[in-house]
Amino acid sequence: MTVNMGPQHPSTHGVLRLVLELSGEVVVSADSTIGFLHTGIEKTAEQKKWQQVIPLVERMDYLGAQSNSLAFSLSVERLLGVEAQMPERVRNIRILIAELQRIASHLVWLGTHALEVGAVSVMMYCFRERELLMNVNEMLAGFRMFPSYIRIGGLREDLPPGFHDAVNAFLARFPSKLNEYEDLLTKNQIWIKRTSGVGALSREDTIAYGLVGPLARAAGVPYDVRKAFPYLGYDTYTFDVPTGINGDVYDRYLVRIEEMRQSLRIAEQAIARITPRGQFDIQDYRIVPPPKDKVYTEMEALIQHFLVYSQGFTVPAGEAYIPVEGPRGEHGFYIVSDGSNRPWRIKARPPGFYACQALPKMIEGGLIADVIAVIGSTDVVMGDVDR
Amino acid sequence: MSAYFIAHFLLIFLVFNMLVMSAAFMVWMERKVCAYIQDRVGPNRVGVEGLLQPFADVLKLLMKEELRPKAADAFLFTIAPIVSAAAAFTAFSVIPFGSETTLFGLLDRPLPLEVTDVNVAVLVIFAITSMGVYGIVLAGWSSNSKYSLLGGLRSSAQMISYELSYGLALAAVIVLGGSLSLRELVLNQTGYWFHVIPRWYIFLQPLGFLIYLTAGVAETNRAPFDFPEAEQELVAGYHTEYSSMSFAMFFLAEYINMVTVSAVATSLYLGGWLGPILPSWLGWLWFLLKVLLLLFFYVWMRWTLPRYRYDQLMEFGWKWLLPAAVVNLIATAALVLWIG
Repeated sequence: MTVNMGPQHPSTHGVLRLVLELSGEVVVSADSTIGFLHTGIEKTAEQKKWQQVIPLVERMDYLGAQSNSLAFSLSVERLLGVEAQMPERVRNIRILIAELQRIASHLVWLGTHALEVGAVSVMMYCFRERELLMNVNEMLAGFRMFPSYIRIGGLREDLPPGFHDAVNAFLARFPSKLNEYEDLLTKNQIWIKRTSGVGALSREDTIAYGLVGPLARAAGVPYDVRKAFPYLGYDTYTFDVPTGINGDVYDRYLVRIEEMRQSLRIAEQAIARITPRGQFDIQDYRIVPPPKDKVYTEMEALIQHFLVYSQGFTVPAGEAYIPVEGPRGEHGFYIVSDGSNRPWRIKARPPGFYACQALPKMIEGGLIADVIAVIGSTDVVMGDVDR
Repeated sequence: MSAYFIAHFLLIFLVFNMLVMSAAFMVWMERKVCAYIQDRVGPNRVGVEGLLQPFADVLKLLMKEELRPKAADAFLFTIAPIVSAAAAFTAFSVIPFGSETTLFGLLDRPLPLEVTDVNVAVLVIFAITSMGVYGIVLAGWSSNSKYSLLGGLRSSAQMISYELSYGLALAAVIVLGGSLSLRELVLNQTGYWFHVIPRWYIFLQPLGFLIYLTAGVAETNRAPFDFPEAEQELVAGYHTEYSSMSFAMFFLAEYINMVTVSAVATSLYLGGWLGPILPSWLGWLWFLLKVLLLLFFYVWMRWTLPRYRYDQLMEFGWKWLLPAAVVNLIATAALVLWIG
């Protein structure tokens, strides 16, 4: 029997389509079909000025929005050659935001994954905590899902008043809540039975499929961009990279839970280093807009302001690829500039895309219930895969 | 027409309506308890604390269009929810929920508080609840939809596997009580050991009670054994294609089945309407309380535990539950023979 699971199915994380060949409840063969959420963002970006691409790319991986803008900004900043001018404070704020974003994304993953395996209430708990992170986003930029707070050349504006309190309140609250989720799941016999040994990928297969992030780490590949190619000064932070052994759904669960703990550690170090007020961009007014009070009082600033907002800035011809460790793994933009004020081409490397490719390998031979557990464990975001 | 006949007729009417009401109440309780478990408020707009929410739901379902897939088998598709709901209602007819009453001397002879006192009540319940699975299987098959079919298949396999342990657990109680009539079985539980512990069968049959509860959850397709509908896997399982009132019928059947399973458990293991403090004519309050506690347990479980996998459920049913039930039955029978 051939079953078309998706694109309209409650557990295919949006619009992933799986064509399953079933024998009873056993999956004989599977074929993952993507493209139902194609948005043409990569192409659209070619029509936008560099800074205008930021809100676009944030909509690709919509659960880890700010790791998109971070990856894109880093690549453009490399081409612009302004990396050295980036203030220490901006780097730390970016790290803090990226780690909070990772926790938020993992919370959505844990919630939906548990929901799909049948532990419905966990989703509510996860979204309750995620709400606090959304509030932090709202404080930063007034937008909860896609704040576009990280810009090329720094940040949109300085930290809002009360930011430290909000983040510290979350950091104080979250560890106990994380333990609560674990109480519900980690030692739960039903949960272990449903996830342990399911959808296992060997270390070799993981590498062959190009899987990254928690998927690879669960299989024992300790690849983390933050450690392998430190960016933003991650090498000055102390944190561990959790790895699993079996590469099954249960190990992926454990790895992601531990990752949330490590993100908390990083966030705690970061928030201690950040001053409430200070420099928030590179102050190169050909790239970032000058302060408003100068625009009103100084001729030069007024002209710079006008230029930044009308024609943007040009990026020297060349190409760059700076990956970041997004919530789903290595995540980066390969950008090509022809020296104009618009990208000539951008190409994303979405981790979910490769996970979709490996899906058949993971689910063939399993049961229908395993398919759901495996899709949940890969944590694919279709907006990211199809872009 | 004697007063007794009219009273009995009214009682039947009352039981039927109370069942429908209990299903409505269960919907409310499920949503409210689930909300509190999930740190939410739950329905609180329709009526006091959302008590009228189920009625609003039913009203909404009534207004919906009745859809039937073109490829569906029209007759079976229509009849399936009716089978489900009818079986659920019928099963309750032999469950006693209180002692006898003469309505303060109005009746010439005492009226037992149940629809009918059958001397093989346990068998009747057993037969009728097994009928319920036909509704689900037929719904799954006649919808002519793959997810529905899978749901129907799962439910038949699951119900057949669990019916056995369910029956064997009940058989142990029958051996103890020496009767198949629920009323007699309940009356056998009168009295106390050492003046404190009520002589309920749960204390003689703790394992049997656990087996019964587990099998009961599987029988009623409730989480963590809710495979036939497993919304995250099979969209909505056997009732994927149903809408409007025919969907509501399945919904009703599910909740009434839960009430029935809890009521049987109350009668067989928890001493039915027997309890201290209250006078015997108010015994039904005890019955209600015990049933409610069991129902709460069901709801609590559903919103806390993940779902088993289909094959694990079968394994559990055949390799653990059934042997346990057999051992329980043999041990009970041996003890009864030995002690007398």
